[in-house]
Amino acid sequence: MALTLSGRSAPSAKRDTTLRIVAPVAVGVLVLGVWQFLVSVVGVSDYLLPSPAAIVEQFVEFFPSMVSATMITGLNALLGLVIGSILGILLAALAAGWRPIDQMSAPIVASLAVIPIVALAPVLNSMFGADSQFGRQAIAGLASFVPVFINTLRGFRQTLPVHRDLMKVYAASSGQIVRTVTLPTAVPFVFTGIRIASSLAVISALVAEYFGGPRGGLGGLISTSAASSAYPRAWAYVLASIALGLIFFLATLALERLATRGRQRT
Amino acid sequence: MTQLPETPVAPTRTVDAVTVTGVDKTFDTRSGQVDALTGIDLTVSAGEFISLIGPSGCGKSTLMRLIADLDQPTAGTVTVFGKSAKQARLDQDYGIAFQQAGLLPWRTVAANVGLPLELHGASGRDRTARVGELLDMVGLSDFADRYPDQLSGGMQQRVAIARALAEKPDLLLMDEPFGALDEMTRERMQTELLRICAETGAAVVFVTHSIPEAVYLSDRVVVMSPRPGRIQEIVPMGLNRDPAHAEALREERAFFDGVTAVREALHTGSPVPTGARGVENR
Repeated sequence: MALTLSGRSAPSAKRDTTLRIVAPVAVGVLVLGVWQFLVSVVGVSDYLLPSPAAIVEQFVEFFPSMVSATMITGLNALLGLVIGSILGILLAALAAGWRPIDQMSAPIVASLAVIPIVALAPVLNSMFGADSQFGRQAIAGLASFVPVFINTLRGFRQTLPVHRDLMKVYAASSGQIVRTVTLPTAVPFVFTGIRIASSLAVISALVAEYFGGPRGGLGGLISTSAASSAYPRAWAYVLASIALGLIFFLATLALERLATRGRQRT
Repeated sequence: MTQLPETPVAPTRTVDAVTVTGVDKTFDTRSGQVDALTGIDLTVSAGEFISLIGPSGCGKSTLMRLIADLDQPTAGTVTVFGKSAKQARLDQDYGIAFQQAGLLPWRTVAANVGLPLELHGASGRDRTARVGELLDMVGLSDFADRYPDQLSGGMQQRVAIARALAEKPDLLLMDEPFGALDEMTRERMQTELLRICAETGAAVVFVTHSIPEAVYLSDRVVVMSPRPGRIQEIVPMGLNRDPAHAEALREERAFFDGVTAVREALHTGSPVPTGARGVENR
């Protein structure tokens, strides 16, 4: 029957998959090779650029600290992401339903988007005390809020005219319209927003640690290690930060796929 | 206004399906008022198949939207089965299909067809049974669990028609439902639509800009002209409506005569150049 398949033959699709895995791995290996070569043969100084081997060694040696630091920063980022996303979705729903709220919130969201963490972190630290993680969670939440709000609001406005007409024809109640058309239309946009927010939440939670507050997170340990000239260890924490960011990104990507399964992706 | 005497075909209800009386519709646009429709009078009997045909901008879709109560007339009245258009909409007296299939892409084919039943609180078992029937009717039983994006355009349109028929309406409103389909699929869908209409006995208001389509499907063809939109002429067809005869009809003299009559009406009464007319005389 006239089923629309993806239009590619099976062997070439398989080759595509292989290439998609092999290509980035090859680039990674190449970069690591050149890097190690620069440090151990050309002789770039350790404080400028430690060798990959040295970084891995530190990573293994301080593994328990890596894990606990990742947990601390990760929890801050996660709380911020969840709360920021919930607030973003709720406010977007209000703004979509009631125009004055949209107009009132537009300048606030625009300014939230450009608040520098550098300025906000010390203020929050002095507001909530130097032993509180709250300031960091608040910053991660703020950073997550903006993309979730913007994308969700856009999603709420994507309802097709033909779907609106259809709901009117069916004399559907406003609750039914929201449930059957408005929300499902917005879902992919909401999850795109959350995926973008996930990386921002990790970066913000990490950077916020630079400006005081309790030690033990990835950001704090990166700056402490660098300050004590333990460059390979600082880089090892950077490695852990990258891993944390990737985990957040992949988890939200999986969530997005789960929420939009059965639909055509573009 | 050329209002022809009523010849009800297989009346299932005594009341006329649609009565449009003295309807005007103006739209307010940035560059002033636009007269979309002026002085429209039209009656569609129960079980009758009516096509609205005319060039773009003649208001044929607007007229259908007024009947569906998706827009309100500026003047005049629209009644559907003796009620106001709004009441008829609230009572779900008609089914509707648009040029776009308008399926919900996150629902399976079966869930799309069952959507109106679900919204109006039909029980799960009734819904399943009715959806099964409808998918049988449009020949898509094997595709119940697919998603719309996995179907071709013609199949999606068939799902939309099944959805329009879900609540056994006595009136079907269709706005160029086959407009985006290729000619072969289109002909097959037309034949299927005639079969379905014969089975259900529903009246149909069918918007199209294809002359052969209008002639092939309709009991009467309403020819409209633009700026301002009004009814130019109503051409009765009187073709042999025996379903077994449906395919042969396309090659019959009566069919071509109908095409010519509609063509001439579309050319605002002025006779069509004889060269074009010669085609079916060969």
